[in-house]
Amino acid sequence: MSAISISGLVKNFGHVRALDELDLEVAPGEVHGFLGPNGAGKTTTIRVLLGLIRHDAGTASLLGGDPWTEATELHRRLAYVPGDVTLWPKLTGGEVIDLLGRLRGGLDETKKARLLERFDLDPTKKGRTYSKGNRQKVALVAALSSDVELLILDEPTAGLDPLMEAEFRKCIEEDRATGRTVLLASHILAEVEALCDRVSIVRKGKIVESGTLSELRHLTRTTIRAELSYDPSPVAALSGVHDLRLHDHKVEFEVDSDRLDEVVRTLAPLGVRSLVSHPPTLEELFLRHYEDGEVRA
Amino acid sequence: MTTLAGTGRLIRLILRRERLRLAIWVAVLVVVPVFTATAFIDLYPDPSSREALAATVASSPALTALLGPLYDPSIGGLTAWRAGTLGAFFVALMAILTMIRHTREEEETGRRELLGATVVGRHAPMVAALTVTIGTGVLVAGLLIAGLAGVGLPLAGSCAFGLGYAGVAAVFAGVGAVAAQLTEASSTARGIGVGIAGVTFLLRMAGDSGGEATEWLAWLSPIGWFSRLRPFAGEQWWVLLLWLGLSAVLITTAALVASRRDVGAGAFPPRPGPAGAAPGLSSPLGLAWRLHRGSVLGWTIGLAVLGAVYGAAGDSIQGMLEGNPQLQEIFEQMGGAQGLTDTFFSAVVGIIALITAAYAIRAVLRLNVEEEAMRAEWVLATATPRSRFAWSHLIFGLAIPVLILAVAGLVAGATYGAIVGDVADQAVRVLGAAMLQLPAVWILTGTAMALYGLAPERVSLSWGVLVACLILGQLGQILRFPQWSLNLSPFTHIPVFGDDIDVMPLAVLLVVAGFLIAAGLVGFRRRDMT
Repeated sequence: MSAISISGLVKNFGHVRALDELDLEVAPGEVHGFLGPNGAGKTTTIRVLLGLIRHDAGTASLLGGDPWTEATELHRRLAYVPGDVTLWPKLTGGEVIDLLGRLRGGLDETKKARLLERFDLDPTKKGRTYSKGNRQKVALVAALSSDVELLILDEPTAGLDPLMEAEFRKCIEEDRATGRTVLLASHILAEVEALCDRVSIVRKGKIVESGTLSELRHLTRTTIRAELSYDPSPVAALSGVHDLRLHDHKVEFEVDSDRLDEVVRTLAPLGVRSLVSHPPTLEELFLRHYEDGEVRA
Repeated sequence: MTTLAGTGRLIRLILRRERLRLAIWVAVLVVVPVFTATAFIDLYPDPSSREALAATVASSPALTALLGPLYDPSIGGLTAWRAGTLGAFFVALMAILTMIRHTREEEETGRRELLGATVVGRHAPMVAALTVTIGTGVLVAGLLIAGLAGVGLPLAGSCAFGLGYAGVAAVFAGVGAVAAQLTEASSTARGIGVGIAGVTFLLRMAGDSGGEATEWLAWLSPIGWFSRLRPFAGEQWWVLLLWLGLSAVLITTAALVASRRDVGAGAFPPRPGPAGAAPGLSSPLGLAWRLHRGSVLGWTIGLAVLGAVYGAAGDSIQGMLEGNPQLQEIFEQMGGAQGLTDTFFSAVVGIIALITAAYAIRAVLRLNVEEEAMRAEWVLATATPRSRFAWSHLIFGLAIPVLILAVAGLVAGATYGAIVGDVADQAVRVLGAAMLQLPAVWILTGTAMALYGLAPERVSLSWGVLVACLILGQLGQILRFPQWSLNLSPFTHIPVFGDDIDVMPLAVLLVVAGFLIAAGLVGFRRRDMT
């Protein structure tokens, strides 16, 4: 059974369609990257999953239950880090961490102490005196120090410095080892690339791509740079080659991954002096979906 | 003047954000005195009727304490007495709240930092807020002068009345500016500012209640200065200089503190708190108590003090009768001396109940504050059902009014009882009268809850309903509003405390309040969180 299973999810805010038949599957024990720029529908999806808003059409199930009608019971089994963390001005960070843990049904004291140390967070400061990064740490410690099945994290590293970001990644790696499911909404590609087993890319309320990173790469293009002894123009005649640039005997292009074989066979007789090939980074994947989208839109 | 760079743009920004709120303040502050003047013109057209009224007022320390001294039985003099001082208090509130919203609150939310990175000088935000606040005072002054002179009052007095309000606005803009420098939390700064306005008003009350012996106390109060300016009663123009001077001192102080501290910091550094939550902080209600406890204490003490002041004034009602056989006759028709005391205390608890209703609305609307700050969703993402979250704040809007009315009623009754030598009886009488107000207060609790549950973008209408109740209750009789309109206010239906209380209206009010709350709760459970 999926930890999160969403199909055909629609949510309208007035005339604006925030979610447009969105589908999302997250298997138990998986760290799932939920990628998209601001306004793509990540937070709206999470809010539907948390029972904060009702969806207009489609189905959503969370840990096998209905996120709207069974919200309270389901919430005992998950922890949530909001995208925009506001603390109560007069409560200390430590009080907020304890309070949220207790509201969820208990937290692991030793884990909490260790996390406070790892994130270098002073729990005695009042909410209004924390910086953006420290507010984020309060939310992270509150969520990570719980013993729950599912973590829902909305842009969890916003405002963290690189050291703390690395610490956060270690924490998620450790959680993965214990079999915790994580839904990580982010627009930071390096983070998703480093942490996630599977990725879903959302655009304008729709999932445009979903799968493991290698699957996604397979569907897409490889970048090739080569220096040849002979005229490289035969490459231009191949189907599946894009963005071809020729400088004398140097050639650079992108090729659809399923045409790679043909390209290599064409290149071989042309006297390959050097060859660099790299799979698309997530960034390239992402930009492609968005750039294509923009052109079409 | 680089520290003032960008002031003009900030002023436009504030005006853009405040246009509705300030328009309402200006309208209320101008319309009430002008309407009061026209009412006096209609109701007391001949000098003899006004002389009689003035004699009554002069013999009543209670009325003098409440509204300030009446110096001249002209239409203008009566208007300045009836509407002037009380209005001056609201001018003070307007000034403080506007100042803090655009100085400390901006810093606390971090918006100030956003602006600070653009071309905005160090002092620009404070100067912009001062300009708007004092400008509003000046606008009120101008409209009042036009309005009061327009309905036929002497120009000099109209000018004094208007400029008096501008003076109060200037002083309390300064109070707001200083308060905003002291603490990091805007809520604390607001508490300090409103507290100072309250103390100032109480000083004036104390000063005005005891005749010449205590008048020096009223001279300590910038709100008391309004009466001393004597609009329509031989204006003492030099009093304007007091406001001007004090306002300059306060603004300079605020500017000096501001230039010595960091953005976001207060003059008093915050102390560290506990590293972990106390056992009580483990439920939505525990959290709500932490968020409400300061204001519960503040409102209860504030209204207890007000109760004591009214209680002390109650005795003068009796004294007033002894020297005035005509009045005695009138009041005997109304139910005798005891009836009069009951009538007086019913009016007193009516005012206390309106203030309590303001607390109740604030308490319920804390739900909205939490939701808008996105903290509600954080709590609701834990194993907290919506209804439990809603009740955790709603309960304060229902239970704390009981506490406030009980304490204020007991204190008022016991103070009065101590003076007339009958503590137990009088405490019970006034307590009873105060408790009778609860159903009306709960109507406003319910109104706020219904709006929050069903139309969260319209929650500020709750304040409109409260202002409507205030106007209907306090001015409706004087202005001879038709009875059907007075009946719109739940407070109109509260019976006078006595032997035969009509429970029917109370029951109806309770049912309506219950219905409003239920509607709000159901709506909240069904709607999307914003």
